[in-house]
Amino acid sequence: MTRQQVLDLYFMDARCKLIELAAFLDRVERSDGEADFRLAAIREALPLLQSAQQDKAKAVLLSLSDPTKEPLLAAPGKGACGAWPGAPC
Amino acid sequence: MRYIEPHAHMVSRTTADYEAMRLAGCEAVCEPAFWAGFDRSSADGFYDYFCQLTDYEPKRAARFGLPHFSWLCINPKESEDMGLAREVLALIPSFLERPNVLGIGEIGLNKNTRNELAILEEHIDLAARFNQLILVHTPHLEDKLKGTKLILDALKADSRIQPGRVIIDHVEEHTVSLVLDAGFWAGITLYPESKATPARAADMVEQAGMQNIWLNCACDWGRSEPLAVPQTALEMRRRGHCATAVDDLIYGNPLRFLSQSPRFKIA
Repeated sequence: MTRQQVLDLYFMDARCKLIELAAFLDRVERSDGEADFRLAAIREALPLLQSAQQDKAKAVLLSLSDPTKEPLLAAPGKGACGAWPGAPC
Repeated sequence: MRYIEPHAHMVSRTTADYEAMRLAGCEAVCEPAFWAGFDRSSADGFYDYFCQLTDYEPKRAARFGLPHFSWLCINPKESEDMGLAREVLALIPSFLERPNVLGIGEIGLNKNTRNELAILEEHIDLAARFNQLILVHTPHLEDKLKGTKLILDALKADSRIQPGRVIIDHVEEHTVSLVLDAGFWAGITLYPESKATPARAADMVEQAGMQNIWLNCACDWGRSEPLAVPQTALEMRRRGHCATAVDDLIYGNPLRFLSQSPRFKIA
């Protein structure tokens, strides 16, 4: 596909998701209380979108991933929360 | 359009989903054993589940002319209890001769623990001893990268395992190359909120190539889409991929991998 064709196919969808993300940040910021590590994880990933390099999706996924190598001693639960807290969440 | 759905948890779906998949061109459906959404209290619960996967569910699918195949294991979410896991592992050999069983799966890791890893290694040993294909589940979200690396290390550590007989599922942009570069097959799972969307799946295929990749919906009791594979085929056609290439991806590739089992036969 040409760049123009990609824009024609996907711009409206990307625009929608961008506004949804902006609205989510507004919603979090006008709410009371402390934010946990997940908000910081999203803020750390946002600059990656401005990179001139390819593989932005991969870079965002890596930024949200557990970078450690050793297996855990025990499962802290069954679910995943979407960002690495620096310790089991 | 024709396609094979290589990973769907049909025990959690309605009969109407079977009909919709068949109408969309599904030629066969394969169902790995997985977590029921709650922990079973004993190995007897797994015995009943394996009977469901190898007896009842094929009959339900057959009502729509759809061949049904299954994979057996204790999933990693319940592998933390090693006593229970070993009781379930002991049940599996007696089911491997059933006519719709393709191999061991979906094994793997969930929270990347020592116990999960030990049970994964015992599943790998079981597959090697009985010369079975392997279907691997990789962990969700922040645990996927680390889990994929641990799984690759465990598979590579067993010299009996041939990478071409192992599919590592739920790859995303940060893990797909790790899997393919090591010689294993990679599965891209299409799921509404996690894993991949049709657009991202098409991106990955365009960048990694179509060789040794299958697409699957992994539809289950969660928010999921049983028609995600044909939807992705439409996405690729919309991008200009030719019908032959799309057919090779959604029908030819799973056919090539699954046909390594003598039991996988479709008309």
